[in-house]
Amino acid sequence: MAASFVADIATGPALLPVPAVLRALVAPGSDPMMDAIVHALRLPIAAMALLVGASLGMSGAVMQTILNNPLASSYTLGVSAGAGFGAALVILFGAALPLPEPWAIPLASFIFAGVACAAVAGVGHLRGATPELLVLAGIACLFLFQALLSLLQFLASPEALQQIVFWLFGSLTRATLPKVAIVATVLAAVLPLLMADAWKLTALRLGDERARALGVRVGALRLRALIAVSLLTGAAVAFVGTIGFIGLVAPHVARRFVGEDQRHLLPASAVMGALFLSLASVASKTIIPGALFPIGIVTALIGVPFFGWLILAAGRVR
Amino acid sequence: MILQTNGVSVRYGAAWAVRDVTLTARACEVLAVVGANGSGKSSLVRALAGVQRHEGTVLWDGAPTPAGRIGYMPQDTATRAALTVFEVVLLGRLRGLAMRVNPRDLAAAEAALTEVGIADLADRRIDELSGGQRQMVLLAQVLAGDPLVLLLDEPTSALDIAHQLHVLATLRAATRQRRLITVAVLHDLNAAARFADQVALLHGGRLLAHGAPMEVLRPPMLELAFDVHVAVDPGSDGHPVVLPLRARWS
Repeated sequence: MAASFVADIATGPALLPVPAVLRALVAPGSDPMMDAIVHALRLPIAAMALLVGASLGMSGAVMQTILNNPLASSYTLGVSAGAGFGAALVILFGAALPLPEPWAIPLASFIFAGVACAAVAGVGHLRGATPELLVLAGIACLFLFQALLSLLQFLASPEALQQIVFWLFGSLTRATLPKVAIVATVLAAVLPLLMADAWKLTALRLGDERARALGVRVGALRLRALIAVSLLTGAAVAFVGTIGFIGLVAPHVARRFVGEDQRHLLPASAVMGALFLSLASVASKTIIPGALFPIGIVTALIGVPFFGWLILAAGRVR
Repeated sequence: MILQTNGVSVRYGAAWAVRDVTLTARACEVLAVVGANGSGKSSLVRALAGVQRHEGTVLWDGAPTPAGRIGYMPQDTATRAALTVFEVVLLGRLRGLAMRVNPRDLAAAEAALTEVGIADLADRRIDELSGGQRQMVLLAQVLAGDPLVLLLDEPTSALDIAHQLHVLATLRAATRQRRLITVAVLHDLNAAARFADQVALLHGGRLLAHGAPMEVLRPPMLELAFDVHVAVDPGSDGHPVVLPLRARWS
């Protein structure tokens, strides 16, 4: 992961030598130009890749656990679509808001990621939060927000439409150090809360009835976990746009290595997510030298064949 | 300790699964709950475990919850969890588990694995085991939690006869040694006759008979409850032997 982080900083329109990057990171001051490129431009992007990847990887692992479904992730269950709708709403109608756009878009997408999670949790609260019902509610949420997003795109001017589409592609280039700090703070706040529930989440893997028999208050645990997912995903996609696949694939890879004891699975999913997105960031800059591929496209293009291999590969790592 | 239920009823929509069941179970005794499919056995045990909404009262020494833990083993053992057997058994100690597992909890899980006779499975993944092996793992999980009450829904339904005998003997020994109240749903009437101190026979959600195996497992009761012709041999060792002859409708 450290190597990928350094490679992420080294690659870009100007390819920087790795020793110079390391020097600028560890002992800045000798080369002001290098310092400026590394610290002001590349470091926020590389750090954001790690943090967003970790947030998406961990939230995917939590989703798959609480919904007992290997297809669950914040992307497949409408949370990211909610965030995308929030962003599009501000791109179209944000001029009237008192906040500047670089902050209004993340705020709106964070809020609508929360709305999507609240809608799923609300259905569960009304009808009893079985995993099947929550998955159905999540998929309904995905279709609803995709339809609303399509409606906004239909209504948008060509310029706004282009901006919306670019946001939906996902991009790390919008990263700045304050935004990195916000994502890091949310991750640092949510991680211990999830780890405190690690054993209860592990018990949930044996099914609701068994978890209840072991003394877990299943409904309250699911609600807490959904709130954690909402915060993690909301903060992550707010600043970089919708990045799919990391939340789905990182937990699957982590599970192969460490099993489903959530004390190990949650951190391992975060590490895998961070590694994948960091590598995808490097790839997005090196596929066509000089051009920057949207990161959301790269994660899927590289991730899908890898995921296919993972599913088909015989035998287990563990 | 003594378990007393009074008028326990369970309803799913308009259908009554359990109707007005009043019975008693004592420490150091195994109570077998028997009856035909759909007679309300699982619903009754779930009500006792506190995981099923019900009417009527369930009292443990006069209190709504027992002084110790309830070890409840549901009927369904299917799982896709990528957990090792040891991790699953350790979950029986869930209330005390922290990030770093206490040596006492580790020792309890190891002891439970040994007690059930599956120590050799400790490192296997539970989703790769047979149904019978999973049943024994979940039984070890229940025992690892140091329960005061065992509520087991068909704990031996997937086991071969040797393992059935081992598990039932283990349960009865644990019940005596640890002064547990054990309530087990059993389909095998001869296992109930051999290992239970008391038998509760359910029919259509109602308690048809409750008492010692010899009193309950009699042809008229069984023919009514199971719609089957049976012969019952008194047994040379005091345990009745039930011989099903044919279904009454065939």
